[in-house]
Amino acid sequence: MELNCPLPVTEAEYILLGHGSGGRLTRKLIDEVFYPAFRNPILEQDHDGGVFAVDKKRMAITTDSYVVDPVFFPGGNIGDLAINGTVNDLACCGAKPLYLTVGFILEEGFAIADLKVIVNSMRKAADKAGVFIVTGDTKVVERGKCDKIFINTSGVGVLDDDINISPAKACAGDVVICSGPIGVHGITILSTRESLGFETSLQSDTAALNGMLNELCGQIKDIHVLRDPTRGGVSSTLNEIAQTSHVEIEIEEALLPVPEVVRSASELLGLDPLYIANEGVVLVILPSEVSEEALKIMRSFPEGKQAVIIGTVKSSERASVKLKTLFGGRRIVTMLNGDQLPRIC
Amino acid sequence: MKHLYEYRNSEQVKRLIQAIDKVVLNPWNIMEICGGQTHSIVRYGIDEMLPDKITLLHGPGCPVCVTPITVIDKAIEIALKPYVIMTSFGDMMRVPGSQFDLLHAKAKGADVRVLYSTLDAIDLAEKNPEREVVFLAVGFETTVPLHLTAIKEAKRRKLTNFSVITSLFTVPAAIDAILAEKDCKVDGFLAAGHVCAVMGYHEYHPLAEKFRKPIVVTGFEPVDLLYGIYQCIVQLENKTGKVENAYQRIVTEAGNLKMQELMKEMLVPADQAWRGIGKIDKSGLKLADAFKDFDALEKFGASIHTQDIETITQTRCIAGDIMRGNKQVADCPFFGVKCTPEYPIGAPMVSTEGVCAAYYSYTNFKEQAWS
Repeated sequence: MELNCPLPVTEAEYILLGHGSGGRLTRKLIDEVFYPAFRNPILEQDHDGGVFAVDKKRMAITTDSYVVDPVFFPGGNIGDLAINGTVNDLACCGAKPLYLTVGFILEEGFAIADLKVIVNSMRKAADKAGVFIVTGDTKVVERGKCDKIFINTSGVGVLDDDINISPAKACAGDVVICSGPIGVHGITILSTRESLGFETSLQSDTAALNGMLNELCGQIKDIHVLRDPTRGGVSSTLNEIAQTSHVEIEIEEALLPVPEVVRSASELLGLDPLYIANEGVVLVILPSEVSEEALKIMRSFPEGKQAVIIGTVKSSERASVKLKTLFGGRRIVTMLNGDQLPRIC
Repeated sequence: MKHLYEYRNSEQVKRLIQAIDKVVLNPWNIMEICGGQTHSIVRYGIDEMLPDKITLLHGPGCPVCVTPITVIDKAIEIALKPYVIMTSFGDMMRVPGSQFDLLHAKAKGADVRVLYSTLDAIDLAEKNPEREVVFLAVGFETTVPLHLTAIKEAKRRKLTNFSVITSLFTVPAAIDAILAEKDCKVDGFLAAGHVCAVMGYHEYHPLAEKFRKPIVVTGFEPVDLLYGIYQCIVQLENKTGKVENAYQRIVTEAGNLKMQELMKEMLVPADQAWRGIGKIDKSGLKLADAFKDFDALEKFGASIHTQDIETITQTRCIAGDIMRGNKQVADCPFFGVKCTPEYPIGAPMVSTEGVCAAYYSYTNFKEQAWS
């Protein structure tokens, strides 16, 4: 008897949750829907933000929307997450973040007291990052048409003349530095979801990284790539860099800074910390000669005090990310497939 | 977790590889039954570390992979009813049915939810008395007791809005079917440790005797797997074929009697269709008549006829041949090109325990299709 598999679902006809995961489906949506419509040289920098010149000065612009569920979580809320995320995207372009815009989509019935808490933490986060929220917008939709509160933040920043950071610049001889423990934000959010019934002492790592990154860019001139591994985690971010730069990136399992709580929770839930979202971590790719100096600078900031080298960049005919396992074997690390945890940021 | 890391110790791994290297003289094909074992083998590169004489074949023990397509179609049909909340484990969401998967049903408006436990579905049913909560319960003997405990709990709470679609498989019947094939390449089996934790391993003695092949109860961590492979090779080189337990810290000969009693009370053996392999007599379990009220297919009048299963004749996916040990993933022309985890042709590309997904995620023996 024949009982084989059927013809596949070859193309998604609808938006799936996975299209927002930061992994392969997100990439497909960008490449097949957004890029064909919007293509231009600035967009094609394929960076966390677009860098453009005004007169002789270069600026960076970026935007991001926040739909995290729950709105309040240990270590932060949707408000400071929205400020820090946009600040970090600008800082990853090598820019000094200056001004932010904020758009709120509020669900009818959302408590104003909660909104005040969120807005106040946004103000605090903006002050801490040294940015100003200079314009905004509010829309309210009927109950059930959005989930409590969605926030969009956009931001602009300026770049020093000698900074040239791009996801296309990773090259052989570079090392990959990870600024801190990975997987913390994702596991924190997950632990708040009631259906899972586990608790951790974790707090989200949400933090503005511009202080550390601006200092780093000021001191070390040949930083090649800066990228914050948010949705899709370290593996998806490294895969994007490998593909944009056409290189092989090899990371070492033994060097990965995975906290014990994250490791245990991942083991129980069948997740891989490499795919879990971070909100206060940055990956820095630069020539190995300057790596010690970079580590010293990063470790002098609280958000970078656990910075470590996790891998190296090699030239290769095929873009890929490889992991040297604890047993010395090598395996590939792919981009996130589908959706590991929806609405993490 | 410390206890777990002991079984990922690289020194121990090296010692076991050396020990295997010393005893192996002839070429052997060993099949691990369970998808969890396959995942570990590929993830840790164990197949690469073994001497060339040993070939690992990847068996049918991933429940997601062998759940028949008609079951997925029926689940989608029921999920699309507006008063239904369809629930299951995450892996089931992306298994392609004949038209689409449960995630697409969700995008079309069905209320489909991923749960980590069948018991969560009971709570969901209690909180939503006006809705029908259905759990798509797939699994081998390992997860069966969990599903049954949930049904018992639903009965205790007198919930009438909870039911399950079952697709339950038993390992010994599958081993029997694989070994009975006349061109069977499998020389020895690594039995699935967690299945044996529930069922014990007494039921494997007749199989080992009938086919004179070693069956070694094996765990899931690198050290466990290599120890199981070592015992299997020692038996093969000594021309013995008996059941051994290489997972003694978890498994006993008798297994978990309480769970076995529960299974006897609530289930009856049934002929079961395995996706990619076909129908195997008495290789599945279905709810006993006393628990028919919890059978979603009965409740929604969506029963599956053998005839439904037999009408499916597309032959693109070679998963069946892989799971019987006749072919390797590398033999598939679609792997990584037409068949990828986001657009799978066959179920083994979907589940993290599926053999194709494991190879896709962790190896690069074939050109990968970058998106």
